[in-house]
Amino acid sequence: MKELLSGNEAVARGAFEGGVHFACAYPGTPSTEILENMSKYIEVKSQWSVNEKTALETALGASFGGMRALVAMKHVGLNVASDPLFSAGYIGAKGGLVIVSADDPGMHSSQNEQDNRNYARAAKIPMLEPSDSQEAKEFTKIAFAISEEFDTPVLLRLTTRISHSKSIVELKEREMVPIKGYEKDIKKNLILPAHARLLHKKVEERFKKLKELSNDFKYNYIEYNDKKVGIITSGISYQYAKEAMPDASFLKISLTWPLPDLLIKEFAKNVDVIYIVEENDPFLETEIKSMGIDVTGKELIPIVGELNPYIVKVSLGVLKPYTPKNIEVKAPPRPPALCPGCPHTSVFYVINKNRLIATGDIGCYTLGALPPLNAMDTCVDMGASITNAIGLEYALKKNDDKRKIVAVIGDSTFYHSGITGLIDMIYNGSKATVIILDNSITAMTGHQDNPGTGKTLMGEETQKVDIENVVKGLGVKNVKVVDTYDLEEVDRTIKEESKKDELSVIIARRPCMLIPEMKKKKFDKYQVDETKCTGCQMCVKLGCPAISFDKTEKKAKIDYDLCVGCSLCFQVCKFNAINKI
Amino acid sequence: MDTIKIIIAGVGGQGIILASDLLSDAAMNAGYDVKKSEVHGMSQRGGDVVSHIVIGKKVYSPLISFNEADFIVSFEKIEALRNIDYIKDDGTMIINNMQILPLPVASGSMDYPKNSIEEIKKIVKKTFIINAEEEAKKLGNIKVMNIVILGFLSKHIKVIERKYWDKTLKEKLPQKIFDINYKAFEKGYTLE
Repeated sequence: MKELLSGNEAVARGAFEGGVHFACAYPGTPSTEILENMSKYIEVKSQWSVNEKTALETALGASFGGMRALVAMKHVGLNVASDPLFSAGYIGAKGGLVIVSADDPGMHSSQNEQDNRNYARAAKIPMLEPSDSQEAKEFTKIAFAISEEFDTPVLLRLTTRISHSKSIVELKEREMVPIKGYEKDIKKNLILPAHARLLHKKVEERFKKLKELSNDFKYNYIEYNDKKVGIITSGISYQYAKEAMPDASFLKISLTWPLPDLLIKEFAKNVDVIYIVEENDPFLETEIKSMGIDVTGKELIPIVGELNPYIVKVSLGVLKPYTPKNIEVKAPPRPPALCPGCPHTSVFYVINKNRLIATGDIGCYTLGALPPLNAMDTCVDMGASITNAIGLEYALKKNDDKRKIVAVIGDSTFYHSGITGLIDMIYNGSKATVIILDNSITAMTGHQDNPGTGKTLMGEETQKVDIENVVKGLGVKNVKVVDTYDLEEVDRTIKEESKKDELSVIIARRPCMLIPEMKKKKFDKYQVDETKCTGCQMCVKLGCPAISFDKTEKKAKIDYDLCVGCSLCFQVCKFNAINKI
Repeated sequence: MDTIKIIIAGVGGQGIILASDLLSDAAMNAGYDVKKSEVHGMSQRGGDVVSHIVIGKKVYSPLISFNEADFIVSFEKIEALRNIDYIKDDGTMIINNMQILPLPVASGSMDYPKNSIEEIKKIVKKTFIINAEEEAKKLGNIKVMNIVILGFLSKHIKVIERKYWDKTLKEKLPQKIFDINYKAFEKGYTLE
């Protein structure tokens, strides 16, 4: 049977067909849908982990027990999981262990465009790179087989265009793979130095065998055509290059690490010139040049940003640069924004109004940095809001700077990497204020459950991890909980707590307006009384997409369909010009 | 036919993903290779959404380049403008006559272009303007606006026969909402 699947759906399907027993992940664009789709296969135990490190360690535990295990994450998630990644490279895999890294060239929804092919080389782990959904499914199955045959974890690298593009996939039945069972094996699973020294030798021997595999691997193949031009490429770049130079000869690499050296040498002998078409880093280029083969890559193909057929065509000189159409009107930008009724809005409004320094974090709420809220100073990585505040607080103090710092972090990010930072704050005597924006869901990636929701990925009830108890249990004395729809309370609490010469934690709580329970609730909507509106634009400063300002009439307007009745505009209006409908 | 390249553009929440999924499935049911690509993530929060769909005997790239699109279907007026560089010289532009203010316009710092449709018509001869929002409201559910537009588009994609559309709608839409969506498709199909 054929079906149109996204790359992420295809990976889930491939894992299912390949007899996977266990799957876990922390959500992160563009990888999130892999586990969401995994959870549809009830034969497989699938779960959300608290972060990528716990996810990889959990999957490795399942592999210790002889299960086939899959773990998925976005590219920067692999940084979080890199500690166990390198250990897993030594330990290997009793039950097949597949680690999916979904990279984001072009940074559609990420803070950098790191190229995770570099991790395969650094951790000495084989890597497969599909170029469409059919391959995504096939390669996932193959990855489990390679993992068990060569006793190694296998990295499967997707990119946004693979993860989120759909193409036709041929579906197969599930392979029934028995669980091998657990046996104590400390020379392999307990990597103290004496064991690891021996394991490192095995890793290097394994690498030689994997190289042989790469040369014989049927998805590493040559397509001879016009031999004047040869193109070496992998992943989505293969599709772009095929479109750019359909008549050229191709070496398509699917097992990107270790590279098929003999195949590359053979190809180089048979074509006149070689172009390397790859996104981001010159990974293939560097390796192939080090083999003494003359190739052209990043000299022509951009290193920054996502590729597409147009860029590849122009870079290879087969298409003239495009002249934009002669049209005078331009579309104003449509930047993403916090939603109408977003429970985070009031906190950012208050931070902006009180001119506090806000160390920020990663989630929907990073949008609080944008105008008109302008309420965030930094954003580094998951959990950095809290730890950045510790260092910055010290720097301000030494410079006699009296400004106050608030660290702003979401609930899911707090569970992911905020708790250890908060312990650091307590231990090192920080006097900053931490605001935990608790919208009771992992919102940015599309509303996944987390330890605070009391529900698992499979929809089962589970024990809630209560943020107040965590914070109080760690020993924070000043803990306040506020309803973010009460602007006065939010304002007063943030002012009071940030003035204190002690560490405070404010839990700013209200569920996201987009979760089904909230969508079902009916709220009274608000409207502007134009006779009273003075055009002061206080309400516009909330950045609510439902509020617009008519420049000619000098009046604010509330879009009836968009308004969800959060009442924040009613609360900021000093002229009683906003009222319930 | 080599390939047919279609761009569907609009704003998050307008039902673009479903419409592009149904189009891709109809093409597959008609026996073609098909690839489609869009980016989710930040764009869900009120940003613009673009879906590229390529249909043909054999499709390589899911992405469409400048000057290549046979069709641009825009669910919102200025999103047609944003994507105009992708339309090929004799391409067809279908614009839903609906206006959703971007935040910089709503907050008064920028203006919404007034004559975008006239300007587009100067460049793209085959431009159709439809009022799908109105038609969806008449059917009693604004949410089926995307299917009205899809119905209109389907008439112009001659390589996918009507029976494949009907099969796709039946297979892919939940039974509970099938009737109103089928009516919406029919409405779009018969719109002038």
